[in-house]
Amino acid sequence: MIVSGWGRYPKIDSNVSRPHTRKEISKLLAIGQTIARGSGRAYGDSAINPINTMEMRWFDQFAGFDPAAGVLTVNAGVQLREITKVFVPRGWWLPVTPGTSFATVGGSIASDVHGKNHHLVGTFGEHVKEIEIMLGNGEIVTASASQYADLFYSTCGGMGLTGVILSAKIQLAPVKSGLVKQKTIKASNLEELFELFEENADVPYSVAWVDCLAPERELGRSVLLLGDHAKKGGVQIDSRQRFKIPIDAPGFLLNRWSIKAFNSLYYSKAKQGDEKLVGLFDYFYPLDKIDNWNRMYGHSGFIQYQFVIPKQNGADNMRKLLGRIAYLGEGSFLAVIKLFGGENDNLLSFPFSGYTLALDFKVSQKTIDLLNVLDELVIDMGGRIYLTKDARMTSNTFRRTYPRWETFESVRQKYGAIGKFSSAQSVRLGLL
Amino acid sequence: MSKILIIGATSTIAEHCARIWATQGHEFFLVGRNPERLDCIVSDLSLRGATKVGKLVIDLCDFNSHQAMLDAAERGLGGLDTVLIAHGTLSDQKACEQSVALTLREIETNGLSVIALLTLVANRLEAQRKGTIAVISSVAGDRGRSSNYVYGSAKAMVTAYTSGLRQRLQKSGVSVVTLKPGFIDTRMTEGFSKGFLWVKPADAAAIITRSIDGGFSEEIYVPYFWFFIMLCIKLIPENLFKRIKL
Ligand SMILES: Cc1cc2nc3c(=O)[nH]c(=O)nc-3n(C[C@H](O)[C@H](O)[C@H](O)COP(=O)(O)OP(=O)(O)OC[C@H]3O[C@@H](n4cnc5c(N)ncnc54)[C@H](O)[C@@H]3O)c2cc1C
Ligand SMILES: NC(=O)c1ccc[n+]([C@@H]2O[C@H](COP(=O)([O-])OP(=O)(O)OC[C@H]3O[C@@H](n4cnc5c(N)ncnc54)[C@H](OP(=O)(O)O)[C@@H]3O)[C@@H](O)[C@H]2O)c1
Repeated sequence: MIVSGWGRYPKIDSNVSRPHTRKEISKLLAIGQTIARGSGRAYGDSAINPINTMEMRWFDQFAGFDPAAGVLTVNAGVQLREITKVFVPRGWWLPVTPGTSFATVGGSIASDVHGKNHHLVGTFGEHVKEIEIMLGNGEIVTASASQYADLFYSTCGGMGLTGVILSAKIQLAPVKSGLVKQKTIKASNLEELFELFEENADVPYSVAWVDCLAPERELGRSVLLLGDHAKKGGVQIDSRQRFKIPIDAPGFLLNRWSIKAFNSLYYSKAKQGDEKLVGLFDYFYPLDKIDNWNRMYGHSGFIQYQFVIPKQNGADNMRKLLGRIAYLGEGSFLAVIKLFGGENDNLLSFPFSGYTLALDFKVSQKTIDLLNVLDELVIDMGGRIYLTKDARMTSNTFRRTYPRWETFESVRQKYGAIGKFSSAQSVRLGLL
Repeated sequence: MSKILIIGATSTIAEHCARIWATQGHEFFLVGRNPERLDCIVSDLSLRGATKVGKLVIDLCDFNSHQAMLDAAERGLGGLDTVLIAHGTLSDQKACEQSVALTLREIETNGLSVIALLTLVANRLEAQRKGTIAVISSVAGDRGRSSNYVYGSAKAMVTAYTSGLRQRLQKSGVSVVTLKPGFIDTRMTEGFSKGFLWVKPADAAAIITRSIDGGFSEEIYVPYFWFFIMLCIKLIPENLFKRIKL
């Protein structure tokens, strides 16, 4: 079966198995190497093993809930949207959520995902109390900060390379409403935007959409969206998908001009200081409304490039990178910028204190060349690239930017993961 | 609050029906053959709001265990309001063509075991003069096709049986709902490539629970548009039908 990540690049032929029971997982592990896969929302090739990919879709049940403490025990295949639908009405929600509700719990732990509140609460893994993992030999262990700690810190952010996450205990956060108070602030350049981020650092959620194809003097013009849970308004939520892109859009639809026009329109439509209440799904998961929006980029697929660079010289460096992207005119619809808080103990976790930018590129040789150039710039600036979005980074880049990789490998060695768990990505990065 | 017995409760479609009912606070008794999955579903439903979830592990092709299973369910729930029969296996048509034993086993799982259960369930609900019997048959039972006529004929047996049963139980106020799904993306259909006619199990479950809760005593296509597709397929004259590949 041809499998790919959300970016539909690269496309790899793999045997996909979907175990129903733990016993079936251990049987698959006994046969040979594999990698676990959640919803396949990672953009690149991290959830694909060319020989056998193991989809966790049938492990989608809740296992327990402590209503006093708000601690949820959940199997790895449960999608975040399911937790949202069931627990928001009870006054509890995810402490951290990525921009798609289709991500599974296993995938969110393995990528140590971050949300719009990273600057205050850190990553998903920082709210995981315990993980049940099946090791390469079929043994099941429970890892946490106090037992099998090395395995725990390698599994959070470990891209499925330490074992199969079976279930996890997650500390949920209390919410009072299914609505979010959203405030829009426009910034005309990067300095202004970064100042706004700092000024609003106590606001729970913040993210900015930046027009990366704006004319040079306006480079970095952006719309900052601040958000906080409303205190009332009922806990009902609406998670319906409203649109569908049933077929691949023709490749020429997204070009320099159409994207430019879209970005200008988006920027001019945003109203300065606008404040409104929006539904939780509208605020956190706007793209989930459109089923298969990844088809917008045509058959050849796309790459999402997300990097983080340190705060120091942040605006200058960001301008340099955006300038490079604009110069080649390869930018995406909208690029997203966020302020990150500090780094955590998870060995391959992506975020560290600084600014992150994510944007999409239609796949072409030109794109690949541009990204190679950007890689070098990002490395020089002391930054790194997000593994869950990556589809083409070299092992050299990886090693230079994730300095804890050697410790990670020694933990994998210790728990018998080497040669058992590998993905197309990990092989490319030199993690076999 | 309803007392719901689900036979073949590890079925993906049945599990999603149960999730919907669980949020409404109903009571369940679940029957299936896989203990690990059954346990997972029990915890899941309790957490979603089910007020009580009992279970029993049996192989439904063990006909002798049916009566005791129904006793256990009725005892566990303190009565029966809804019985959903969902188990089934998608037969390997090509293999069946080469094996009498396999063909008969498929007919047994998808046809005879269901009818054995219906015989017992019908009498219990008829005696109490209320309740709903819902059975998942299939569009495949509407007309035999070369690609899956073993499975199709077993489902045809279920459809015909429930049609007669519906007539019989009409006067005792017991509803019989025959559900005929089209293409649902479940464990049963994992190997298939999914086109535009496919629906998610949660959406199929929404239609099924709505039909059952609505008190219909009818045949229901899931989703409804299959009524028209099957109407067209049934209208093709046999003389022409035999020449096409379906
Ligand atoms: C529209 C969109 C918005 C996004 N926004 C954000 C964002 O704001 N922040 C962010 O951090 N990310 C974001 N992402 C990325 C996404 O959250 C991650 O890629 C996440 O890991 C996807 O989860 P999944 O279940 O689909 O995992 P998959 O894509 O299936 O797998 C991702 C990785 O997790 C591993 N994995 C999955 N399940 C298991 C398991 N049970 N055991 C062990 N390993 C496992 C896989 O091996 C793979 O390495 C976004 C993605 C999309 C499509
Ligand atoms: N999916 C579709 O497109 C589709 C279309 C039309 C009709 N249907 C019908 O819908 C019903 C539910 O199927 P599904 O799609 O939900 O697939 P499913 O998830 O594979 O469910 C079928 C279930 O039946 C159980 N089962 C089979 N034989 C059994 C036995 N002897 N004893 C106990 N349990 C047994 C299986 O148990 P195990 O878990 O132990 O294997 C499995 O859980 C079936 O009757 C099917 O024929 C499905």
